[in-house]
Amino acid sequence: MSITRRRALVVASSAGIASTFDLIPRPSLAADEIKIASILDESGNLAEWGDPMAKCMTLAVEEINEQGGLGGHQIKYIRYDTQSNDQLYAQYASEAALQDQVSMVLGAITSASREVIRPILDRYKTLYWYSTGYEGGVCDFNTFCSGTTAAMVVRALIDWAVPALGRKVYIIGADYNAPHATAKFIEAYTKQDGGEVIAQVYYPFDVSEFGDAISKIQAAKPDIIYSMLIGAPHLGFYRQWAASGMKGKIPIISHFFGGGNEEVLLTPEEGDGIVSCYGYWEDIDSPENKAFLERFTKRWGSNHPYINAIGMGGYEGTKLWWLGVQKAGTVDRVRVIEALRSGISWTGPSGNIAIDPQTNNVIRDVYIARAKNRRMEIVKRVPGMRPLFTEQYCNLIKHPTTQTQYLP
Amino acid sequence: MDLTLIICLDILNGIAMLAMISVGLAIVFGIMGVINLAHGEFLMLGAFAATVSTNAGVNVWVSMLIVAPLFVGIVGLVVERLLIRLLYGRMTDTLIVTWGLSLFLVGAVTTLFGYTIPGISAPLGSVKLGVYSFSAYRLVFTGLTALTFLVIWSFLKYTRWGIIARGTTQNPEMASALGHAPHRVYAITFFSGSAVTGLAGGLIAPLTGVVPTMGAIFVAKAFIAVIGGGAAIVAGTFAASSFFGAVDTLASFVWTPVIGQAAMLLAAIILLRLLPRGITGRFLERRI
Repeated sequence: MSITRRRALVVASSAGIASTFDLIPRPSLAADEIKIASILDESGNLAEWGDPMAKCMTLAVEEINEQGGLGGHQIKYIRYDTQSNDQLYAQYASEAALQDQVSMVLGAITSASREVIRPILDRYKTLYWYSTGYEGGVCDFNTFCSGTTAAMVVRALIDWAVPALGRKVYIIGADYNAPHATAKFIEAYTKQDGGEVIAQVYYPFDVSEFGDAISKIQAAKPDIIYSMLIGAPHLGFYRQWAASGMKGKIPIISHFFGGGNEEVLLTPEEGDGIVSCYGYWEDIDSPENKAFLERFTKRWGSNHPYINAIGMGGYEGTKLWWLGVQKAGTVDRVRVIEALRSGISWTGPSGNIAIDPQTNNVIRDVYIARAKNRRMEIVKRVPGMRPLFTEQYCNLIKHPTTQTQYLP
Repeated sequence: MDLTLIICLDILNGIAMLAMISVGLAIVFGIMGVINLAHGEFLMLGAFAATVSTNAGVNVWVSMLIVAPLFVGIVGLVVERLLIRLLYGRMTDTLIVTWGLSLFLVGAVTTLFGYTIPGISAPLGSVKLGVYSFSAYRLVFTGLTALTFLVIWSFLKYTRWGIIARGTTQNPEMASALGHAPHRVYAITFFSGSAVTGLAGGLIAPLTGVVPTMGAIFVAKAFIAVIGGGAAIVAGTFAASSFFGAVDTLASFVWTPVIGQAAMLLAAIILLRLLPRGITGRFLERRI
């Protein structure tokens, strides 16, 4: 085959294209920095949660870098803002995995967005961390869930409330899948503790008038109201409840309350006394939490909103992942996953968190707390809560190739 | 007996809520034919004005009844002069501009105040009805809504300004020929509509969660009430709110709140199928 001028031109230009677009994937060089990414809604409707999460994650990365990183390699933190638009999740997950080739992605606030990026990061073999409290049941070798699961906090709350407050429980919740599913846990645990759920009422998200709810509850006379109301319109329930003179007459418990800083949005006259349960509260009295709050205030100013469990997730997730990296001595995905599953346990601002190798979820402390003067007063620390529902179905030790979510 | 009474109060309250959040939109739509998609954000501004000024030490009634309407009225006037004025008669363009405005207002308030501001609680305490107790503020709210409607109605019916405004609605050219510049009427109308929306925002501040994104929840209901009511501002909004509010509250009581809302939407669909121009397009035609 003779080399013509035209053919030489074609070969040369295609080589040029190949080198320009870097078609041959190269592993990132060891001398470079370690890249991690967050994919969070830092603007739009969910910014209330995405913004503090990203700030907590930034703080964790800066602490790791100050301590020298991994063998002198610093972490580079890439922030993707999904703008409260679920369509951007798929795009940014692919970009983080393929273009930036990050070692870990922490992200998604809602379960819906998590289920968008989890399969993408599985496909592109990028370690995925989900740090928000959620309904439970995620069972995926490549995914670590460090937040509380619904079964965990419901169990803690019911075990505390039914003996202390009474046996008749009235459920009032928002009308979407999580409260309906969680009600099954509430019913089961209440029954085990010798109580009963006497009614369940669900309200669409945009309802802000709760006159009928209050009258119905007054007629039913329960011992406990279990609220799974969520969002600003539903705050109307707590406000109208208090305005009807009912506050303190029937206690309200809720593992949703506080996740949106409801204790600040309500006045003390309305909110005080409502009992909630999460994996973290700013009011936890421990040296680790005190040190964390000092560093956070120094970095982001003292004028920050109350840090709740959702924001704290960004800090916890990054720190836990880093313990795995240190143990593995590398950021290689498989070796980090192995290290994380070999029994990582960490005591941080939110108490003790240990990774459960059976589920890639966590065994952690949770805190029952009561609203008081726009803050949350810790009532009880419940140590070592297991991922109760998830562990019934998920066994990654026996079936490591599982990539699914079991639903109650 | 107690239960019947409490259900009646709940229904009245549901009607008042719907009527109060809708009437500002109805004024602007009825007189100017302008659809303000930032209506929900105007409500939010009213709620923020009341909350922020109460927290700053202003008396809660002054904040709700004076500060909130005045502030939102002024915002409305500025918006009318800068944006709406340039787009008279261009319905789609106004929709897009006011939608953009709603996004801007949410962003601006978030930047200034953050996502969470300390709320204010309802004044006045509760009243006892047998085994039930009912918020006194919600009774006052219902009363204030009735008063607001009465004031708007008498203003449009009996004052010189009201007659000019109605005349401009029916025939702007003729009103203009008689020496009443429509653009002045429109500016004052937009100010008044915004102020009433601000009042509604102020009054709902102790009843619901006050956050920058709260407007989106109310705007859909307000639109359903205004479209269902038709052209007449007071009679239309009142009729539609009574119908939809009663359907919603009653169905919520008898069945569940989800069915309540579904019943309200179904009622709206049937109503608009039978009366495409709203209730006052067919009945009470010449009413205000």
